[in-house]
Amino acid sequence: MLNIKKIAWLIFFLPTIALANVSEFELDNGLKLIVKEDHRAPVVVSQVWYKVGASYEHEGITGISHMLEHMMFKGTKHLAPNEFSHIIAENGGEQNAFTGQDYTAYFQKLHKDRLEVSFKNEADRMRNLIIDPDELLKERKVVAEERRMRTDDNPQALLRERFDAAAFVSSPYHRPVIGWMSDINHYQASDLRAWYQKWYAPNNATVVVVGDVSPKAVLALAKKYFGPLKPEKIATLKPQVEVNQKGIREIEVKAPAELPYLMMGWKVSSVTTVAKENAWEPYALEVLANILDGGNSARFAKQLVREQQVAASIGAGNSLFSRLSDLFTIAGTPANGKSVDELKKAIIEQISQLKSQPVSQQELDRVKAQVVADAVYEKDSVFYQAMQIGMLETIGVDWRVGEQYVDNIKAVTAEQVQAVANKYLTNDQLTVGELVPLPLNGRHPVSSAGGQYVH
Amino acid sequence: MSIKQWIFVITLLFSSSLFASPDIEHWTTDNGARVYFVNAPELPMVDVNIVFNAGAARDGEHPGLAKLTNAMLDEGAGGMDADAIADTFSSVGANYSANSQRDMAVLSLRTLTEKKAFDTALKMFAEVIAKPSFPEISFLRIKQQLLTALQGEKQSPQSIATRTFFQKLYDKHPYGSMPAGDTVSVEKINLDNLKAFYQQFYVAKNAVVVIVGDVSKQQASQMATALTKNLNSGSPAPELPAVTPLSKQQEVVLPFPSSQTTIMMGQIGMSRDDPDYFPLYVGNHILGGSGLVSILSDEIREKRGLTYGVYSYFSPMQKSGPYVFGLQTRNDQTEEALHVLKDTLNTYIENGPTEAQLKAAKQNITGGFALRVDSNSKIADYLSMIGFYGLPLDYLDSFNDKVNAVTVADIKDAFKRRVHADKMLTVLVGGETK
Repeated sequence: MLNIKKIAWLIFFLPTIALANVSEFELDNGLKLIVKEDHRAPVVVSQVWYKVGASYEHEGITGISHMLEHMMFKGTKHLAPNEFSHIIAENGGEQNAFTGQDYTAYFQKLHKDRLEVSFKNEADRMRNLIIDPDELLKERKVVAEERRMRTDDNPQALLRERFDAAAFVSSPYHRPVIGWMSDINHYQASDLRAWYQKWYAPNNATVVVVGDVSPKAVLALAKKYFGPLKPEKIATLKPQVEVNQKGIREIEVKAPAELPYLMMGWKVSSVTTVAKENAWEPYALEVLANILDGGNSARFAKQLVREQQVAASIGAGNSLFSRLSDLFTIAGTPANGKSVDELKKAIIEQISQLKSQPVSQQELDRVKAQVVADAVYEKDSVFYQAMQIGMLETIGVDWRVGEQYVDNIKAVTAEQVQAVANKYLTNDQLTVGELVPLPLNGRHPVSSAGGQYVH
Repeated sequence: MSIKQWIFVITLLFSSSLFASPDIEHWTTDNGARVYFVNAPELPMVDVNIVFNAGAARDGEHPGLAKLTNAMLDEGAGGMDADAIADTFSSVGANYSANSQRDMAVLSLRTLTEKKAFDTALKMFAEVIAKPSFPEISFLRIKQQLLTALQGEKQSPQSIATRTFFQKLYDKHPYGSMPAGDTVSVEKINLDNLKAFYQQFYVAKNAVVVIVGDVSKQQASQMATALTKNLNSGSPAPELPAVTPLSKQQEVVLPFPSSQTTIMMGQIGMSRDDPDYFPLYVGNHILGGSGLVSILSDEIREKRGLTYGVYSYFSPMQKSGPYVFGLQTRNDQTEEALHVLKDTLNTYIENGPTEAQLKAAKQNITGGFALRVDSNSKIADYLSMIGFYGLPLDYLDSFNDKVNAVTVADIKDAFKRRVHADKMLTVLVGGETK
């Protein structure tokens, strides 16, 4: 079925694949090191990824991976609290960290000559962290403020949290990454020490370096700083498989808000959980997501926003790279004067169309052209390139799968998109969440400031 | 020559030899658009930004007008409707985007340089810029979307605080309204307003064209011409009025059903061409502009655990942009956090930074220079800024030297003259939920 247009694209893309210059090493203590050369600018990104995150946790200590991420800046046997941040800043660098369901990662962006500063201090805090109870008490407050800001005072985020808790019953994705407030308020230093001891070790970490570096020199540095660290016996995770959903689930969240908001999510297989013979399915779902929401020419923008004017904004997202089975999600805000029910009806109609009719060749070509182009655009960011490698390795997928993304998308047919719509987007696998606004009006008196801007 | 001066010279040499900044080429098209170009041949792609002096500062009696105009360009152009335009860009994997803030109205294109993609995307981009048709059916919808967005703002304490902050700080100055406008104004705006706005401000002499990517100078020149040749030559936007600083302290409290209180405090800051730019920039970097290592973060987050994040920043614009301090904290801690914030600011104005703090900040800023220009998109953003604000072409080259030249005395002097802790505007939103 290769037409001339496709061949032209293919040829065009080949040299870019050849450019991907990645070296992979494993130290004797089990630490994995992946180096990708990108010599466009004299910079380097260094990321340390640990195989631990919210989905490794259990009730009572939810959010502890994220709490530990905060404590990783609070001092080691060799560094005072926050000293690492000062060292990186004085070396012209930026640093931060992030925690997800499936990973905890730390990163520095530096001039290429300063990679050693990153390795020296990351190696130190991989094994030598000090959890000081007084520091923990302060940082617990910081995390509580973070939760208030991100979730409690943000109605859409609050809906998302309760939505996940409803969609997942036995899967750890039931729990929020930042943790429930009462758990945050009760972490003890001993909880943090145990979590650190259990997961922070060279044989549970992947170091990803992307930038203007030589792999040999990076390996030598890694051996010098990470090499001497002792490995740990890493526990095998219990599978915690999600129970089979037997029928639609619907929840409401009532919160002070102005706009209603609708979320719909279907259980789907990710690259890690799909049966081998169905390996194409997550990619077909990926194409399906792009047919609905791949920019301004996709069906949602064209039909729901512009033609029917039933949505003010709407998006769709597939969970291709999750460690466990996850959700295909659609979320949106009804247009002015339209209800959540009208929006829901329009979305269901869109899904029905995908089930009954194959998508057009033109739409498929559009999705594929965008994916080919995006693969080039992504290379403009050193950080993104490192992210992709680290995230894949940490959820147990070879980083090369990322490089094969474009080819896997190109291989998807209209029939396959139709097939996954019928297989996965069924009512029995669906969770629906609705944000029901509680009035803000009248709750706050107009201040003496007056004027149209005062609410 | 003292030892200190010696070290200084060595630092200068070190910094200029270590970090090469991009090679900027600059010219003006026949009808008056200023072009800034950097050749970046490593990836087969190109970024184009067209920046018009057509932001919300030009709204006049119609807050929201600039944003609506900017959002309407790809809704119809050159005989094509919104669907056809979107299809054209996406069929070759090109990304079009439009954005409008107080000063700048920006139209951006990112495309592959492969011939078919490049030709298709560029041609479409030129039509959108120069031949928008402003279809009524789109206008009604876009207006509704903006009204929905304005309604959504009212559920965000940060948005409420920002709107009130600008209104109180700038009063009748064009910076006083929000780029999204307000419900009353947006309802009243009609298509004739948009067309007139477009005619006046989307003109070549009011435009900066930025090109970064895998194209030669000759190609870039052809691109710039193709993108602007169908625009009226027009004239540059008139100068904006000067900003009057607040004469006395002011506090606005807006009760809101949230568990945190959003605190925004500030005053008039500086313009892009401000003579105190570097002392104020470096001085603020130390006080609240450097994330977890700033003095404010140390006092409010590290020592007391009162917030997830506290920041301060100057937002330099055509005329004086604001100097803003902000944080969020649990309602019952508002007073304490505000007290520490004000105390820290007072102490800093009085004493300035230590030599050690200044040295660390200089190392951070100058040592991080390469990071700020390590991608095409970042370089394109810098070019947009340089072009729009008429900064010198060697702005990036001389940036580190200017940072290194700042002394503790410069910062103390600039902060004492320019930052007035006793005349701050404070906006508090929150307080209703225990």
